[in-house]
Amino acid sequence: MTMDLFVNAIIAGILLGGFYVAVTVGISIAFGILDIANIAHPAFIILGSYIAYIVNSRFGVDPVLVAVLMLPVFYGLGALVYEVYYHAFERRGQDALAGLSFFFGLLFITEVALILVFGVDYRYVEASYIGPTIRFGFVDLPLRMLIPCVISLLLIVGLQLYLSRTFIGRAIMAVSQDQQALRLLAADPVRIKRVAFAISIATTALAGAFLIIIQPVEPSVGREYIGRVFAICVLGGLGSLPGTVIGAMLLGIVESLTATFYGPSWAPAVAFGFLLLTLAFRPAGILGR
Amino acid sequence: MRQSTFILGAVVLAIALFFAPRVLENDYIFFAGYVVLQYIVLATAWNILGGYCGYVNFGSAAFFALGAYTAVAIHKFSPMPMPLLIVAGGIISGLVGLGMGYLTLRLRGVFFAIASLAMAVVMQTLVINWDYVGGSRGAYIIRPQQVEIFSYQLPYIQYLFAWMLFLAVASLVIARTIERSKLGYGFATIRDDEQAAEACGVPTLRLKLIATTMSGALMGMAGAPFPYYIGYLEPASAFSLTYAVNSIAMPMIGGTTSWVGPLIGAVLLGTVQQVATVTISSAVNLLLVGILLVVFVIIAPNGIMGAVQAWQRKRRKA
Repeated sequence: MTMDLFVNAIIAGILLGGFYVAVTVGISIAFGILDIANIAHPAFIILGSYIAYIVNSRFGVDPVLVAVLMLPVFYGLGALVYEVYYHAFERRGQDALAGLSFFFGLLFITEVALILVFGVDYRYVEASYIGPTIRFGFVDLPLRMLIPCVISLLLIVGLQLYLSRTFIGRAIMAVSQDQQALRLLAADPVRIKRVAFAISIATTALAGAFLIIIQPVEPSVGREYIGRVFAICVLGGLGSLPGTVIGAMLLGIVESLTATFYGPSWAPAVAFGFLLLTLAFRPAGILGR
Repeated sequence: MRQSTFILGAVVLAIALFFAPRVLENDYIFFAGYVVLQYIVLATAWNILGGYCGYVNFGSAAFFALGAYTAVAIHKFSPMPMPLLIVAGGIISGLVGLGMGYLTLRLRGVFFAIASLAMAVVMQTLVINWDYVGGSRGAYIIRPQQVEIFSYQLPYIQYLFAWMLFLAVASLVIARTIERSKLGYGFATIRDDEQAAEACGVPTLRLKLIATTMSGALMGMAGAPFPYYIGYLEPASAFSLTYAVNSIAMPMIGGTTSWVGPLIGAVLLGTVQQVATVTISSAVNLLLVGILLVVFVIIAPNGIMGAVQAWQRKRRKA
């Protein structure tokens, strides 16, 4: 019986980890590769959740489809935020103190604005796959976890191929290492960074839809994810997408075990413990360069 | 101005501030004033680490709440006098600041910022699961109606106000002393170029730990009287992001390089929020603080003080 519980907790952890991949991949690009500590990242995820909720409840459109349709909009939003960030902070060399405060302000504004419009009630979406569960013997695979997990893994494989195979992708990997060299290849570092940051925000549209498929959402849920995304990102190794997958799976499994054996209210503390331990003992992460 | 003159002036002003509202015989002024004073302490404390050293702390709410919950825990055990609670809150929050700083301050500043934000979430989780202080249900603190001082009956809110006034003056004096001392110059070297400072023999890690501990302790002290002020303490309100965003926005808007900046920011934003909470709504005024913070860091990164100094320099040249 305990064995059943244990195996199911591990499986649930892997599924949860798959979802964490989608949540973190944007931060892996923005913070890991571009070195922009976008702590407002979870706020964009919640924004994605609410857009999925609005369209779903009004027109009954599938939340994942909504997210895919919103990708260009979030891409544009990301490009806009980067423009402001670049002109106000990065160019002046003030990205540390003022830049962090800027993102913190964005996080706060988004949260308060959502509370003003929607209140603090939990919102949820409806889709055919949210209820059912596939069973193999004693192993449960809830579809509402399985679908986000599978799409997330496809997303990160696609992004990894994009970053390693295309010219722009390679330029994104290069921009953090040597901007001057990039200029010599006739690529504008600012444009490359804008593309990369826009991609990172675009992923939040998907992550937001997954979040509201998995659990009901209210505006301040995003805060719990700040610790998680940075813990995963640092744990896996900054700037490494395969590392992100490993970190996400690890955190997912440990959180799931904690929730199963100690109760779900302890789960948020796990991510922080991971983050602190990683920072204290191996700041470079598992697959760090 | 000499330090002794400054302290004397501050104390005289504080006494005047305490007796002036008593003339009006309106307790609301004490309730509103308490909050503004509390923000002066939080903003000044944040600025010791954030403004002087350049390390952003997003966990002000956690340090504040730790102080408040220390007071609750002690109160549940047995009621103690206020000064003792303030000291206890300061010690606990200071130690947590030291511990967190020790683990993360050896890395780049951004990791400290992220860890501080994550710490707030974890501390909240711990308190929610800690039944002794009420857990997620919250804790009621029944405050006495009055306090007897030298056989004089002082209403309790005025007593709390007096303590917060004392803390505000103390934190401003501490901040001003730091600015003029060797410690302050050490902090400034860390802010300007940490590697160069390290190379010149400045013990940067030790200085950063001193700053984190002091900053955390002051925030904890500001939190200790809070349960008595509010009467009912629950995790969501004690760990509210409002404290974190305010203690960043106030120094950023006032100016981070001197003790005057957080004071200006706290008085300005604190008063506006008190008025807006009564006249408009509390959610709208939070939105206002967020927007002001973003606008200020983009347009005037050195705050009001920075703008004033730039204007003076211009005038002197002309």
